[in-house]
Amino acid sequence: MGHVAIIAGQIFNGFSVGSILLLIALGLALSFGLMNVINMAHGEMLMVGGYLSYLACKFVHGPMSLLAAFLFAFVGAALLGALLEVTIIRWLYGRPLDTLLATWGVSLMLQQGARTLFGPIGVEVVAPAWLSGAVSFDTGVLAGLSMPYVRIFIISVTMVVLVLLTLFISRTRWGLYLRAVHQDREMAQALGVNTKLVDLLVFSVGTGVAGLAGAALALIAPVTPTVGQNYIVYAFLVVIVGGLGSLFGTTLAALFVGLISSAVQMFTSVSLADVFLLVMVIVFIQFRPRGIIFARSRNMKEA
Amino acid sequence: MKKWIKIAFDVALFVALAMAPYFLSSYHLSLLGRFLAMAILSLGISITWGKAGILSLGQGVFWGLGAYVLAMHLKLAALAPGDMPDFMMWSGLDHLPAWWNVFHNPLVALTGVIIVPTVTAGVMAWLVFNRRVSGVYFALLTQALALVFSTLLISEQAYTGGFNGLTDFNTILGHDIIDPGFQRAIYWITLLALAIAFILCRWILSTGFGKVLVAVRDGESRVRFLGYSPAAYKTVAFALAGALAGVSGGLYILHAGVISPAMVGVVPSIEMVIAVAVGGRSSLTGVVIGTLLVNFGKDAISSAIPELWQFVVGALFILVVTALPKGLVSLPNVFLRLKSMVFKPSKARALNSV
Repeated sequence: MGHVAIIAGQIFNGFSVGSILLLIALGLALSFGLMNVINMAHGEMLMVGGYLSYLACKFVHGPMSLLAAFLFAFVGAALLGALLEVTIIRWLYGRPLDTLLATWGVSLMLQQGARTLFGPIGVEVVAPAWLSGAVSFDTGVLAGLSMPYVRIFIISVTMVVLVLLTLFISRTRWGLYLRAVHQDREMAQALGVNTKLVDLLVFSVGTGVAGLAGAALALIAPVTPTVGQNYIVYAFLVVIVGGLGSLFGTTLAALFVGLISSAVQMFTSVSLADVFLLVMVIVFIQFRPRGIIFARSRNMKEA
Repeated sequence: MKKWIKIAFDVALFVALAMAPYFLSSYHLSLLGRFLAMAILSLGISITWGKAGILSLGQGVFWGLGAYVLAMHLKLAALAPGDMPDFMMWSGLDHLPAWWNVFHNPLVALTGVIIVPTVTAGVMAWLVFNRRVSGVYFALLTQALALVFSTLLISEQAYTGGFNGLTDFNTILGHDIIDPGFQRAIYWITLLALAIAFILCRWILSTGFGKVLVAVRDGESRVRFLGYSPAAYKTVAFALAGALAGVSGGLYILHAGVISPAMVGVVPSIEMVIAVAVGGRSSLTGVVIGTLLVNFGKDAISSAIPELWQFVVGALFILVVTALPKGLVSLPNVFLRLKSMVFKPSKARALNSV
């Protein structure tokens, strides 16, 4: 394998990791921007999505199984998110640190629940046959590079989700409400926007997208009770780098984190790449403490 | 409650703890000793989180730094001169790294237990707070730090002992660690350290510094407009919590005899926070009691039904945060309020009828 092929391969890996991180971080960033709430159980939404897609593949066979898995994962995780919002998060409004701890409690219970139901060892989702190949290069500068269809599929799913979310926010009435609440909650409320419903909707769409990420991840790795924990800390870093409430910023940040970690892994071990990533994020906030893209505001509220 | 009742309660608590070696079995005494060491760390969380409003999900890192520094010394002290720890030889190192050798000197090691975590915590806090990043972001960054720290410890096996960590300590300052008499002495030393830390924290909170910390929690911008630097105050508070965590970690391994990455990662770090939340985050007495209760609870539950503990701790998080945010110490006040709710209406009616 030539140098170009190795570098291209790592860039491809970076995009692949970045797209999963993006699917997880989108929901976090949206609800953090809107409600100033971080859901520590967000990683478990990914896990739930993974297990739901496993169950879906068990019951639905044939060409529709993948579609059923993604649909099932999205709807299931979204409903669970809605339940979480209604039962816990809404009551802790304005106490972000307490929300963080309470949702951490939820996360622990969901993990243990999964361990009790499915066992500590992961379950496998077998990707359909048409996803099992890879785009391989045999000649030219890219000789030796191979890009699995599954990863290309995941990147495409992420792009579709991103486009749909952008359209939702910029073109629909509920998207308009979302932007209004994001800019000025009190004023939006005064003008008749049902802010509670907007919160609920955004939160559950966010957890639903995390569920999609779980279904996507299930295609390349086994689903375990702690699968969410492996990704969630990086997703938090994406949120910090991305800034609040901007899809574009979150996207850039996810690519930044994905590319940096896969680039550094070329030279060192995975754990040293993690150290480097954390240092980079801390250096980054020295220059842009509020993320790549942030809403300028004269509001004196503490972030 | 009146002030003297509180002080009397604290004194009674410490006297009871000092008597414990005469009543407890050596197994339970060892547990109590560990948990008292953890309580020192909890005091630090109480100052940063309860008073200054800084939530750290990475206290395990500073605790672990203190523990590892002392463990390195103990590991070296257990060896014959010129020998190397066994895991280093397995990993193919041919000589002791210099940064290990420094801790051969007990004085360096004992100061290192305090200095290393303090400096790490201070630097981390200053880099973040100086850029006015705080609140949720800080919590997430400290959690990332805990993750990075534990994975680094596991992967650098040649230098850290990897997943198994450091163990097999047998001597400190010429004393035999496993000796029951010395274990009892370590218990009293731990209790003394806790008492000193307790009084120190109480004193700090009574000074102007403590008042500014509370003001930073309740209105950081206002404090800044009044001419203070909130970042400096928060950094000092966080460094202090780091120092307490380091001392706590050092004392803990004298009781436990082992330190490993699984004890310093994301999950243990957050369990340190729940202990504080259960007791009452802003009450020093509360966090000591909370730490003892939660840890004894954990020991009892996880030795009886291991799967249950995670459900219990998860439910504890949700319950304490939603129903009892000020922790167990606020229970008397809750009862008083309930009492007044029950009895006030009748009084009001009596007045109206006059």
